[in-house]
This record gives sequence, structure tokens and C-alpha cells, in this order.
Amino acid sequence: MADHPQRPGHERPLSPHLSIYRWQVTMLASITHRATGIALAVGTLVLAWWLVSVSNGPEGYESFMVVAATPIGLIILFGFAWSLAFHMLNGIRHLAWDMGYGFSKVTATQTGSLVYVLSLLIAVAIFAFVWTGHGGYLQ
Amino acid sequence: MSTPLHRVQGLGAAHSGTGHFWRQRITAIALVPLGLWFTYAILGLIGTNEVAILSFLAQPLNALLMAAFAATMLYHMSLGLQVVVDDYVHGTGTKIFCLLLIRFMMIATMVTCIFALIRIAAST
Repeated sequence: MADHPQRPGHERPLSPHLSIYRWQVTMLASITHRATGIALAVGTLVLAWWLVSVSNGPEGYESFMVVAATPIGLIILFGFAWSLAFHMLNGIRHLAWDMGYGFSKVTATQTGSLVYVLSLLIAVAIFAFVWTGHGGYLQ
Repeated sequence: MSTPLHRVQGLGAAHSGTGHFWRQRITAIALVPLGLWFTYAILGLIGTNEVAILSFLAQPLNALLMAAFAATMLYHMSLGLQVVVDDYVHGTGTKIFCLLLIRFMMIATMVTCIFALIRIAAST
């Protein structure tokens, strides 16, 4: 033990970083959960903006819709729809883990893939539902 | 800073116990039905006009559910963003700044949403 690890200037060993690991569904789902969470944090600002614009009367609401209806606005809204679907489904997966279910390697991988497929389907279904004129049923 | 009681309770270097963990889970559970209601509400209001949205949000139950959704989501958000900061921000000063910013943003957005809902309820 001549090479004392705590000697000043000694290169301390680093724990393996992200680039070392082979990409897997479970790890990607974990990263996506955090990323969608951060995206939805931005979404809370859009929710506040929408509520304020509605409270400001017709012109206020129009000012929101002009931005929301642009192609970039729609892409962002699709991103929020998918993020919400993913974060909720993967959150339920996390809650199941907290209760001790679904920890086996096979199950965790399968539920991870399922969350990606289902969340995409939900986001596409939401947009298809609106585009085919089924939205606005609360009028 | 650790009092003897703090030490005895096993709160040592982490400065807190399992409170954060539980609050994250409790708000997550609450957000499942609230998020489903929010999706139902938004889809039902897309393509309508601001009159329909105003009258929907002015109904007490809808206003309460929207306020509950916004407040619960924002609290859940602040807990989640705190973990991100805990993981990636290491300087003490920067960390305190980020954590304060998250909490201020949470309260500011929450107050804004609730004030907007009160204005909507008062306008109809």
C-alpha cells in the first residue's frame, strides 16, 4: 500500500460515468423521467400564462392563442402532452417499485418499454382526437 | 448544524429525514386523478372560445380542481427540481441560490394561478 489514496495530488478513482455504460431501457427511462419533469416545470409557467390570459378577457385569451396555434407552439404543446403522459405513467411505475413490485430485470425493462410506447400513443391520440374535431365537448 | 436531538433522530448530514420522500410520493399519487381531470378539462375546452373557458373555470368545483392541480403540481415540481439541484449543483452558494429560486418560482406561479382563477370567478 505504498500508493496512499489520500495523498494530496493523487488522482482519485472516479465512479464510472454515463458514457461507460451500455444504454438500456431502464436507464433511458430514468433520464427521460427527469427530463420530462424539468419540461413540465416549464409547463407550469405556460399553465399560469393560459389562466392569466383567460382572466384578461377576450383580447388576453387571443394573445395566448396566437402564440399557441403557431407550428412551434403546437410542437411545444405536443411535447407537454407527451411529457405529462410519460411522467405520469413512469411515475406510476416508480410508485409500484416503492411498494416492492416490478423490480426484476425483465419486468423493469418491459414496463420501461411499455411506458415509452403508451405515452407516445396517448400523446398522438390526444392530438388526433382534437384534429378530428372531437375536442371542445365542454362548451 | 445538528442538535443532539437531530443526531438521535438520525437526521445527521442529510439535514432532514424522509419528509421529502413522502411528500414527493403523496403529491405524485394526488396528481394521477388531478392530471386525468386536467387532461379531460383541456381537451373539452380546446377549440371553444374564451366565453366557454370562462364559464367552465368560473364553476366552483372546476376552479377548485384547477387550483388543486396547479398547487399540487407546483409543490411536486419544487420537490423534484430540488433533487436535480442536490444532484448536480455542488457549490454551497449556488445551491442555496438555486433552491431559493425554485421555491420563489413555485410560490409566484401558484399565487398567479390562484389569483387568475379568482379573477375568472369574479368576472362572471
